[in-house]
Amino acid sequence: MDVTDIARWQFAITTVYHFLFVPITIGLSAMVAGYETAWVRTRNPRWLRLTKFFGKLFLINFAIGVVTGIVQEFQFGMNWSDYSRFVGDIFGAPLAVEGLLAFFLESTFLGLWIFGWERLSPRLHAACVWLVHIGTVFSAYFILAANSWMQNPVGFRFNPETGRAEMTDFAAVLLNKVQLVTFPHVMLSAYLTGAAFVIGVAFWHLRSSRTDEDRDLYRAAVRTGAVVALVAGLGVAVSGDVQGKIMTEVQPMKMAAAEALYETESSAGFSILTIGTLDGSEEKFSIKIPKLLSFLATGSTSGEVEGINQLRERYIQTYGQDPGASYYSTGDYVPNVPLSYWSFRLMIGLGMAGAAIAGWILIATRGGRVPRGRTILYAAIALPFLPLFANSFGWIFTEVGRQPWVVFGLLTTENGVSPTVSTGEALTSLAVLTLLYGLLAVIEVRLMLTYIGRGADPVPDHDLHHGPDLDDHDRPLAVAY
Amino acid sequence: MELTTVWFTLIAVLWMGYFALEGFDFGVGMLLPVLAKNDTERRVLINTIGPVWDGNEVWVLVAGGATFAAFPEWYATLFSGFYLPLLLILVALIVRGLAFEYRAKRDDDQWRARWDLAIIVGSVVPALLWGVAFANILRGVPIDADMEYVGGFFNLLNPYALLGGVMTLLLFLTHGAMFISLKTDGRIRGAARDLAFKAGLAAAVVAVAFLTWTQVMTGSPASAVAFVVAALALVAALVAIRMGREGWAFLGTFVTIAVGVGGLFLALFPDVMPTSLADGVGLTTTNAAATAYTLKIMTVVALVFTPIVLAYQGWTYWVFRKRIAVHHIPASVAPATSTGP
Repeated sequence: MDVTDIARWQFAITTVYHFLFVPITIGLSAMVAGYETAWVRTRNPRWLRLTKFFGKLFLINFAIGVVTGIVQEFQFGMNWSDYSRFVGDIFGAPLAVEGLLAFFLESTFLGLWIFGWERLSPRLHAACVWLVHIGTVFSAYFILAANSWMQNPVGFRFNPETGRAEMTDFAAVLLNKVQLVTFPHVMLSAYLTGAAFVIGVAFWHLRSSRTDEDRDLYRAAVRTGAVVALVAGLGVAVSGDVQGKIMTEVQPMKMAAAEALYETESSAGFSILTIGTLDGSEEKFSIKIPKLLSFLATGSTSGEVEGINQLRERYIQTYGQDPGASYYSTGDYVPNVPLSYWSFRLMIGLGMAGAAIAGWILIATRGGRVPRGRTILYAAIALPFLPLFANSFGWIFTEVGRQPWVVFGLLTTENGVSPTVSTGEALTSLAVLTLLYGLLAVIEVRLMLTYIGRGADPVPDHDLHHGPDLDDHDRPLAVAY
Repeated sequence: MELTTVWFTLIAVLWMGYFALEGFDFGVGMLLPVLAKNDTERRVLINTIGPVWDGNEVWVLVAGGATFAAFPEWYATLFSGFYLPLLLILVALIVRGLAFEYRAKRDDDQWRARWDLAIIVGSVVPALLWGVAFANILRGVPIDADMEYVGGFFNLLNPYALLGGVMTLLLFLTHGAMFISLKTDGRIRGAARDLAFKAGLAAAVVAVAFLTWTQVMTGSPASAVAFVVAALALVAALVAIRMGREGWAFLGTFVTIAVGVGGLFLALFPDVMPTSLADGVGLTTTNAAATAYTLKIMTVVALVFTPIVLAYQGWTYWVFRKRIAVHHIPASVAPATSTGP
């Protein structure tokens, strides 16, 4: 393994790991904010119990998302210094704006929310968790704008003197057409992920509830979660469909790799499963939905979808065999096809399965029913993991399918790596971060299971009338580390 | 003023804010084994910074992001060059941040003891290494003609840099003790006052040595003024804590750190990362900067949002202005074992 491989593994491991926690943070903060708003408006104690219960789980998740996010902010400079030099003028801006607009908002108002139960009025307290959620939305917008620029560079010029990309139009960067469809896709999948988490946890408790009060509580969580998951799931599918068409336009090779489509085809079918050699030389068995790929890629069932072999020729004509300029790639411009093909399918399959289970649970719990079957219980327990891993595969697909580029059409991954970081240094950080993250995963999962298992605590009478309590100086803190 | 100078100033302000704010929560973390005699007292200390430490830490993330946007070359050279120290800092910040959130989540002495260790080590390591890193930037490191750092790890461990590390460590320790004396009540408050004075004396000696060395090596008249102001503020803080004026004392160390760091940036200007090689190319506010267009956009964003951020962060400190004492700490309600569902 050379330094580029090590740096890529580190980036993949730390980013996929970080992004396990991010969508839960986005989705669950919205759910918790919704529950607290319902509590403030209706004064029905069940909403307060749900706020506190899922609030605790949210915090366990948020903490690890925050600390792993620190690595993300510095990793570009550490391992990808030539990339940072090349894109800094453009990529750095959304990153800095993300810090200023989003990170301060999230961290400050989360501190207020955690410790502010008795210092703030109920409305203000609920506003704090909404502001945390808005912080996550800002954060998603700016970091996705940065990533979208890597997929489809716009609003810049290449300066041959400095060998760098320079921003010419910030609005174009923020309103990149890839960004405009990626942002809703990622946000909606985060809502799906958060809601799936709520459903899974609450359904498990619903089944073991012994009192009517508890049953009412967890049913409310299951059903609100299921509605959010269904609506979000539908939105994910629609936005993903638009995304596929834009991808075909700006990164045709990625779409071809997603389908392992080697030769250009009209009325191309969508392969659900292909067994055979993925280099396209032989196909042993496949299930295809006729014309669906053409429809997904072009919007017309008879549209022409370009194959990898034709695209390779076209890319070589555009970007050259070896144009000699250091910022251009050499190579055959084909990403890892099996990885693209399978991650694309797993993303779609897991996401759709998640939304389908949410729909099933919504129907099964209608009119006060508590479904008793084993299958639905297993499906509910599996549910939180489906969109979670769909997110991971989505990112793996997006990033792998762009290769060999790090910035599409401008800079290859190989040319972005830090030239002065030694193999030993890179291996050290890869090993340290992987081991640390592994250990933290064990701690986090055990803690999460413990707190899920405890269920929603009954709320003390005092909390039902909570409000600013500044005069009582000697009462213990309501919440303390 | 040129935009590159504006951004050099803004980044200096972000680091000043970072060290003046997170400096005291590093100090609180370091003092956990010193000032607290039992678990309840340790919780008193941790809860003084509970609602604010994360917001304080964001200052360094924004400093990193702003450096990336305004001075991409600086960001690239600095973080790829100081690779291993930065890795250590990141690991320290990770375990420390998680420790605050997870420590009270289980009623188990061993669990708490491990997270306490994470808080202590996670506070000492960055407090020391940030000083080492900044001292090396001021001193100049081997940067070649391609603006790449070529010095390796051990180059960073020189007497001047180590002195810088000890200075930040002691200053943050003092700052943390001042903060504890301001935010607690009872036995800890008194103990923190005594310790703040002693640590402050040691910090003053080291700071005078380091800042004088810096001034002689690379200083400007402006940096000299800043260093003198920082030193006077530290003396004032020590006098104030002796007189029991904790608020003034904390303000004193706050000014010491903020203005002292500002002085370091003044000593650095117009370089951002000078080279120690004769044939190398050092980084300056000009050759490391982003384009005027990007700087202009970023300036507008910073001017609009920085006051808002300062307002709500300040408000947090107001909401949580109450002192915390042992009797405020609720009994642990966390589960003892790790039985899942």
